[in-house]
Amino acid sequence: MSWIDIGALDDIPERGARMVRTRAGCVALFRTGATEVFATSNTCAHKGGPLAEGIVHGRKVTCPLHNWVYSLETGEAQGADEGRIATYPVRIEDGRILIDGDAIGKRSAA
Amino acid sequence: MEKLVVIGAGMASGRLLEHLINAAPDRFEVTLFNAEPRGNYNRIMLSPVLSGEKSYAEIVTHDDDWYQAHGVTCRFGERVAHIDRDRKVVVGARGEVPYDKLVIATGSDPFIVPCPGHDLDGVIAYRDLDDTNRMIDQAPGSRAVVIGGGLLGLEAAAGLRLRGMEVTVLHLAGHLMERQLDPAAGYLLRADLERRGITVMTQASTKCIRGDGSVEAVELEDGTLLPADLVVMAVGIRPAVALAKDAGLSVGRAIEVDAQMQTSDPHVFAVGECVEFAGQLFGLVAPLYDQAKVLAATLLGEDAAFAPKQLSTKLKVTGCDLFSAGDFTDAPGREDIVYRDPARGIYKRLVVEDDRLVGAVMYGDTADGNWFFGLIKDGTDVSDMRETLIFGPAYQGGAAADPMAAVAALPADAEICGCNGVCKGRIVEAIEGGATDLGAVRATTKASASCGTCTGLVEQVLAATLGDAFAVPAAQPVCGCTDLSHEDVRRLIKSQELKSQPAVWQELGWRTPNGCHVCRPALNFYLLADWPLEYRDDPQSRFVNERKHANIQKDGTFSVVPRMWGGVTTAAELRAIADAAEKYDVPTVKVTGGQRIDLLGVKGEDLPHIWADLNAAGLVSGHAYSKGLRTVKTCVGTDHCRFGTQDSTGLGIRLEKRLWGSWTPHKVKLAVSGCPRNCAEATCKDVGIVCVDSGFEIGVGGAAGMDVKEVERLAKVATEDEAVEWTVAFVQLYREHARYLDRPYKWLGKVGLDWVKDTLSDAAARTALVARFDLSQTVYQSDPWAELSTRDRARGFAPLADLTLEAAE
Repeated sequence: MSWIDIGALDDIPERGARMVRTRAGCVALFRTGATEVFATSNTCAHKGGPLAEGIVHGRKVTCPLHNWVYSLETGEAQGADEGRIATYPVRIEDGRILIDGDAIGKRSAA
Repeated sequence: MEKLVVIGAGMASGRLLEHLINAAPDRFEVTLFNAEPRGNYNRIMLSPVLSGEKSYAEIVTHDDDWYQAHGVTCRFGERVAHIDRDRKVVVGARGEVPYDKLVIATGSDPFIVPCPGHDLDGVIAYRDLDDTNRMIDQAPGSRAVVIGGGLLGLEAAAGLRLRGMEVTVLHLAGHLMERQLDPAAGYLLRADLERRGITVMTQASTKCIRGDGSVEAVELEDGTLLPADLVVMAVGIRPAVALAKDAGLSVGRAIEVDAQMQTSDPHVFAVGECVEFAGQLFGLVAPLYDQAKVLAATLLGEDAAFAPKQLSTKLKVTGCDLFSAGDFTDAPGREDIVYRDPARGIYKRLVVEDDRLVGAVMYGDTADGNWFFGLIKDGTDVSDMRETLIFGPAYQGGAAADPMAAVAALPADAEICGCNGVCKGRIVEAIEGGATDLGAVRATTKASASCGTCTGLVEQVLAATLGDAFAVPAAQPVCGCTDLSHEDVRRLIKSQELKSQPAVWQELGWRTPNGCHVCRPALNFYLLADWPLEYRDDPQSRFVNERKHANIQKDGTFSVVPRMWGGVTTAAELRAIADAAEKYDVPTVKVTGGQRIDLLGVKGEDLPHIWADLNAAGLVSGHAYSKGLRTVKTCVGTDHCRFGTQDSTGLGIRLEKRLWGSWTPHKVKLAVSGCPRNCAEATCKDVGIVCVDSGFEIGVGGAAGMDVKEVERLAKVATEDEAVEWTVAFVQLYREHARYLDRPYKWLGKVGLDWVKDTLSDAAARTALVARFDLSQTVYQSDPWAELSTRDRARGFAPLADLTLEAAE
């Protein structure tokens, strides 16, 4: 794994999200707690809604366009909706957020 | 003439004398003793005297002239020492009076808790005018403790509070007025009293009253010390029977009488609170008046018999509306019908036994109280009207339409949910597959999961499919995180003074760690509306449009709408808008229905920059995205139009400048038309003002969206100032009471325009609402464009990082 520093933890408000642009597409980073961050694809599997603009609750996010709800842990759509978004390894070190460059690279290669 | 002596000049004996004098003015020579140095006054009205709503003169029933005119010898201020039945004389402090017939009407004495310190100066009862005057004389700002949370204690507490005192009520039971109210109504009453600034402590047992000569504090069993300048004992009354007992009359808990009000001595009678009949005591005025009537007949040699009736109670505290009648304790075979409307603070409970109404408790709306009371007294069979009984007499009679039949008749391919394209067959399938409540149907089919207008229909499909197995829930919970309804949550936020989202989650038992996308925006609104100074708006609990202050479009871009006050703009503003549109490659520029210009297709990261440019030209956010004030649409009015009757443009601009920036349960749109031709289409707005020659007609509750509705008249006012005041007060009332995402017309459908009119027609209430609105505006009326386009805040709109650049290196 090659960890890439993408910003400070405090750049994302608690229960908020930010977006990171990668060559392969946009990745959303969700801060679900004081020291908990998840990374997934920013694009809703339904109609491409920007997930980083959604409301973050528990370890889930609700798409702002049509209220699809995703688990940030598995990327699976919840409830009646069927679909999945990619998830990426991410960790926090000394107040910085690191994302796995290989995982994003794999995606860009695909 | 026969000699009649009456001991006690209270309400019962007063009524007795009236009957006797009317029927046979010359039959008796009457002597009336009274320990109080005055005649009969309406003791029930002491509470309004205490609160200052009435004067003593207004509650006097019989004045000196009345006694004189009817030949009544008054011996007021004189205690009766004893009764000598052998000699048939009453011995007063100033001499004897012989009698042929004697009436004892000594009433009752307040019960004083015999705790240490009960005899200190400043400990009083609440029974007569002297007590009342003692309370009135107390300086405003001093501290009173009222012991006893029954009718009398609460009336005393409310009166003292109105006199400007700090009041604490101590009550031994778990809820107030436990003999008349159930816990739910007791809770509402408590919340109402607390809103008036009265502190209520239940399960509070007094240990002693402390003080050196006069009262200084009340100490409770749990050690709590309450500083006090005055202690009012209102824990109950005891029949005053000492005289009768000394005279050797038969006395149980009170003076025993037969149905003719005769005591154990055929020449001695008794009436009022000092009487015991068939084991029962009497404290309310209605049976006392019945007794007086019976006794008058007995004394006149006529036939009459006293029979106790069912009783009802009302509390005489202005603004606290409660009613209770009959028996409402739980018992086998009894069923409850309960109606709650927490937003309006309404609670009604009926108790039915063997198809008959046996008890009723109502709080907040007691208009139907007497009708229910009649049903209880008459023992009416209510089985035919049981379904609609709780809604009162207005809903009885006439066949109700059966909405279920219509739903049951729909074919399987009939569309129920238009938003998600779900037909009846799919819903029935889901129900048969185990989705037996609304939440489950939503989760499996998405029916009613978007705009929600078909919720009722989906519930009816559930009911038609499941039959009796499905109970339409009394109130829909906010979301899956809680069982509480919006109304419950709003009420609890106020009554429990919950001032943050974590406080709500914790205190109200949310099942999720921090809510969901449904409840968080609602809670955020309720909290900022109820606690504008204490609560801090949480952007993370707002839908993207309100967080980004722009409307998200289906491709993830945003639209930008500058505010144009009253729909009026200038060449310079238009130029700035045109420049911005070109600079940021805005693909679509469109004029909106609300007289604004919409720039569609702006990229999220450009938002702070286009705002800064528009700000520089003097334009601010148009809040076209908010659950808040959107637009005030106007026509040109008297400025240009030959038909205009008032300056509709000016009024529109004034309203918009006053209301902008305020958050509301749903979006709010206004319009002002300069004449009844109504070019601004004011009659389908949330608030629409139509100017006429004689003033301004204010209509509310219009809509032209999912539903189309014409406004209904709220008020007609003469001046522009009044039009602004009424509009602001209406918006604030809506902010304080409506559930989140109810437009004003939906809210009005629930609370009723009449209630809103009643509330707003009180000038003091209007002023208070306007003051609360203005207070909120000191926090929330600020331009988000200016705030968010600063360099620091603008960073939040850009990607956190751009790894495409790194990867390219």
